[in-house]
Amino acid sequence: MTDKKSKFRRLVYAAFVLFWLTAPLYLNKYFIDVLNNVALYAVLGLSLNIILGYGGMFHMGHAAFYAIGAYTTAIINIQFGVPVLWIMPLAGLTAGVFALVVARPIIHLRGDYLLIVTIGLVEIVRIALINNVFGITGGANGIFGISSPSVFGWTINGIVHPGHYYYLLTVFLGITIILFYLLEHSRFGRALRYLCSDEIAAEGSGINTAWYKLIAFVIGAFWAGMTGTLYAAKITFISPESFSFWESVVMFMIVILGGSGSIPGVILGAVLIIGLPELFQGLQQYRLLIFGIALVVMMIFRPQGIIPPKPPKYPANALDESEVVL
Amino acid sequence: MSLLSLENITKTFGGLVAVDAVSFDVPEGSIFGLIGPNGAGKTTVFNLITGNYKVDTGQIRFNGEVITGKLTHKIVEKGIARTFQTIRLFSNMSVLENVLAGYHCRIRSGPVAAMLRLPKQRAEERRALGKSLAELNFVGLGHESENLASNLSYGNQRLLEIARALASNPRLIILDEPAGGMNEQETAALVDLIFKIQDRGITVLLIEHDMSLVMKACQHLVVLEYGKKIAEGTPEAIKQDPLVIEAYLGSDDESF
Repeated sequence: MTDKKSKFRRLVYAAFVLFWLTAPLYLNKYFIDVLNNVALYAVLGLSLNIILGYGGMFHMGHAAFYAIGAYTTAIINIQFGVPVLWIMPLAGLTAGVFALVVARPIIHLRGDYLLIVTIGLVEIVRIALINNVFGITGGANGIFGISSPSVFGWTINGIVHPGHYYYLLTVFLGITIILFYLLEHSRFGRALRYLCSDEIAAEGSGINTAWYKLIAFVIGAFWAGMTGTLYAAKITFISPESFSFWESVVMFMIVILGGSGSIPGVILGAVLIIGLPELFQGLQQYRLLIFGIALVVMMIFRPQGIIPPKPPKYPANALDESEVVL
Repeated sequence: MSLLSLENITKTFGGLVAVDAVSFDVPEGSIFGLIGPNGAGKTTVFNLITGNYKVDTGQIRFNGEVITGKLTHKIVEKGIARTFQTIRLFSNMSVLENVLAGYHCRIRSGPVAAMLRLPKQRAEERRALGKSLAELNFVGLGHESENLASNLSYGNQRLLEIARALASNPRLIILDEPAGGMNEQETAALVDLIFKIQDRGITVLLIEHDMSLVMKACQHLVVLEYGKKIAEGTPEAIKQDPLVIEAYLGSDDESF
């Protein structure tokens, strides 16, 4: 029975991948742009998933890291003319270092306390951007005229040709999924799930819980920062309002609704939360109401998310008897 | 030579002196028991050894090295593993993954090695898997490896905690009421297991309420009452100690 189930599951995933790869053939520009946003938020959700999903840390300030990546990209690109895709690792690094500095004193906080502090964090970043810190963020107006990315001499304009940008984002999403899958199924991923399950038992089993929490923040922030590059280069204009508290809430919802700690769950969460409202545009003002009700119902009847994580399999049978040693 | 030695350990919570100038030495290779009435401070002593609580005054040495003030995971790395009185498993994870947690501190690969699946990382994962399966076989839970930890019976959950602790290759294992919630057969099997652990060269320090188990398994006992050490010696000597009989049993002729 479980075999049948997993077969069905694989079939659905394959159908989704097929749909995703062929979408530009039959969807118009508008819907491709919706899918672009789904892809951006899927990556953001996956990066938050490392902190919130595996690590169980209630972090509601993820937009701060996203903002830092996007602003790093915009500033370096405009001031020094460096091509945007080259800035991507630097944007990740800036966000990662920022996470290291701000997360260090707060990671020992639990649940609701961490939540409140991280909300403060995203607000501080937004207000600092509005107030034009160091005179380089352009204040409330933001920064205009960021270059579009170019790959092998091809310029990919996210506004004129969302279909081209779509493939760039798809490649990034694909790489993210593969790398994070490998991360989840490793000593590192396990350590985060241990400390999420029972922090005292994890520490008592020899796991440096403080270090893993910190590194989870750094990796999550690094990825959000890189996603910030792709966002800034896509719309070529960024302002503080793109990185409000609400953005953090959306990312948080994507992870919780889709399935904390589950890669397919988070992707589904991004599809539902970013994509679905676009389908119901005809409902006008009721669409957010319906959306809210759907969220509440979900949380009551399926609190673990739509696709909860599957317990990982270990190749116990592949081991030679001589390898099973004390 | 003593593997673990406590020197005048004191711990207070607010006004309450939970552990009062307790000293004892655990010889290497022994099975050492810590007993006493409820609330005597036994678990507090364990939590002080493993760094879960901070020692107020006094010193703890492990293998000659002072470990007071060190973080718990560092102490585990140095070779002290423990189980918990109130079972603390990763209940939503598989039995095998629970044991893998113990071996965590014996392998090194970080997130980048994992994302790139470096050969060293794969070899380590394989070694961890082999070790964990061997520990599960050792405690007799080999057939349960894919089950969820929360689905195990109470007694088996205790065994799983022991397997997880053993997976960290400890020199000293601290068992906090390992027979709690076990039936008679399970307790008898546990005694055998404790001897098997000793045969592996691992020193055992245990708290236990089941006196028949303590008397059968331990070579040396320390008795605590109200945070103070009131007696120390072989089980035979402890059985006869009038102070212990009075403090521990409250009356005279109830047998251990």
